[in-house]
Amino acid sequence: MGHQARQQDRPLDRQLQLDSDPLTAVPSRSLHRARRGTGANPDRRAELTLGALAVALLALIGVMAVTVAINAWPSFSANGLNWFASGGDVDAQLRAMQEGRPLPGHALLYFRAWPLIWGTLLTTLGAVVIALFVSTLAAIFLTEFAPMPVRRVLRPVVRLLAAVPSVVYGLIGILAIAPWIEGLIGNGRRQSVIYVVQLNGANLTTATLILTVMILPIMVAISANALEAVPVSWREGSAALGVNRWRTIWRVSLRTARPAIAAATVLATARALGEAIMLAMVSGGRGFAANPLDGLTFLFEPAQPLAATIVREFGGQSTGPIPHTIYAIAAVLLFSAAMLSLAAWAAKQPLKRYGIRA
Amino acid sequence: METAELLAAPERRVALRPPRDSTRSWPLIDRIGYWLCWVTGIGLCVIALAIVLFMFIKGLSFLRPALFVQSPAPSLHQDQAGGFLDPILGTLILTALGTLIAAPTGVAIAAWLTEYGRPSWLARAVESAIEMIAGAPSIVLAIFGLLIFAQGFLGFLSQTASNGSVTGQSFFAAGAIMALLALPLIIGSTREALAQLPDRLREGSWALGKNRATTIRHVLLPAIRPSIASGIVLGMGRIIGDTAIVTILLGATLKTEAVGGAPILGNLRGTGSTLTSYVFANSPAGEGNAHEKAYAAAFVLMLIVLVLNAIVTRLTGDRASAEERRPWRSRLRRVTAWTR
Repeated sequence: MGHQARQQDRPLDRQLQLDSDPLTAVPSRSLHRARRGTGANPDRRAELTLGALAVALLALIGVMAVTVAINAWPSFSANGLNWFASGGDVDAQLRAMQEGRPLPGHALLYFRAWPLIWGTLLTTLGAVVIALFVSTLAAIFLTEFAPMPVRRVLRPVVRLLAAVPSVVYGLIGILAIAPWIEGLIGNGRRQSVIYVVQLNGANLTTATLILTVMILPIMVAISANALEAVPVSWREGSAALGVNRWRTIWRVSLRTARPAIAAATVLATARALGEAIMLAMVSGGRGFAANPLDGLTFLFEPAQPLAATIVREFGGQSTGPIPHTIYAIAAVLLFSAAMLSLAAWAAKQPLKRYGIRA
Repeated sequence: METAELLAAPERRVALRPPRDSTRSWPLIDRIGYWLCWVTGIGLCVIALAIVLFMFIKGLSFLRPALFVQSPAPSLHQDQAGGFLDPILGTLILTALGTLIAAPTGVAIAAWLTEYGRPSWLARAVESAIEMIAGAPSIVLAIFGLLIFAQGFLGFLSQTASNGSVTGQSFFAAGAIMALLALPLIIGSTREALAQLPDRLREGSWALGKNRATTIRHVLLPAIRPSIASGIVLGMGRIIGDTAIVTILLGATLKTEAVGGAPILGNLRGTGSTLTSYVFANSPAGEGNAHEKAYAAAFVLMLIVLVLNAIVTRLTGDRASAEERRPWRSRLRRVTAWTR
């Protein structure tokens, strides 16, 4: 009660000032916390009902982590840390599991995932690095240079690109981009690796290109939001010192928004990592570890990322060697995604210091 | 002559206002950056335009009215392989099911997080759980769903094979996991809007003797209706666009296959396909390999996405002023006008 009285003693103008200050526009929680004690019975019931739903969601995540880990365990325990290592043809290993006939000299669950992991790393990192440059420039254009009519068009365009289903991207990739990329592969190049791998239009380059377009919108949206949240007075200060607009953007806006751009990059990485259907369509569908020593040919070698492997190998059953392997892949993906969202959270922390919500 | 000069003078003074921002005085490297910005910005528009145009041209050239009313049929000849009536119905059913589960749950959790949120450690844990769902690949969610719904005691939600094992593939299962996919979007936009509501609104309601629950139900939620709606539409877009969950949890069978005799319930317990899985199956990567069908279905899919996109733009009102973007402000002004 005394606490409540103190709250009311606070001068009104101070309360108003707090509420209207744009930097601390988050509603002051202290005001309603004071009245919590007066909650009547139905209110408490409502709180418990809503809270129970939230806790159920929390429990579901726990169940998900545990069940996926339990089902993944046989594969991990059979292979140990070598699960992540390279060794043999991963496609042959998966085929052996499908047919129930172990490879000579190996257990049925024998699995070396390196080619799949390598494919995931290549497509994801390639797409993220390209998208980082493009999205930063596009976000600057969107917030600073674009004339009003262009800006009005660009925003819905970004949202549209984000909303296009991944299967449509995959269809465009396999039917429009892949034949074009295939034309770029010379016959000599094709012959040079004919005994190792067959080159066609579905390869690393196609997968990375389409993946870049897929993750661009989310990065542009987050970066543009952060750039817009940079206080105008900071930029005005820079401009008043005679710094031109580009340098102001580069030195003030971009530096302030850097945590948000980092967070956007991490989120986009998570998105690229989890993309399954599109990559299953355009990445070549071959568990082949592309070799950077092959020079330019490397760009046209097929790959199969982890998530796409799940789509290709999934057969409907939920126990057996193949499902155990699939759940092991899923566990790796889930763990990486969790780590990435943790990283995104950590990357965003400095923004709070500036009082910028992004 | 003199009068003319006098008349001209003020004009010259007007011309003295700050010159238009020009890049001509910038160092070369800054100008390169400036032009790169333009190139990427226009490039984005061109890519989007190319995608939309490509899908429209291909889609319209292969679209036949008959495709909408025929069920897909297994056939080697494309003329006899039917249309995509079942996938369209599947998309509708799945979206409705997912939204029906996700919308109330999402709004409730968002309300709890912003309006109650205690104990605070629990709220923070729930927040990170939502982040995790948002970040989890949908393919992982899908095979997790298969683990859950293949449990024996959940057999009534899908099909039980003759040997007693549960398939775990049904509209129910897919809808539930799809709801998980849409949940973070709905929670996100609801929370954002609730946090932006000024405290005056809550305090006014409490001052009238309303408790927190009533305040949420009758004051706060009505005030943020457009934001909730846009969250739901975004979630629907996510559900419609997802393929991984459909291929794994819905079975992606050619036709909608009912289980048991009950008319609607049997369908929901059975397997089916959606437009996305139909496109996937008919692409070169799938079994069907029929470009024309895939293009036509993808065109319909794009149309749905475009419409949803337009709805979101309408709801959030991009080109509108801040006044329109935050409808509660004008409503609030109307409500509180007499108190000032």
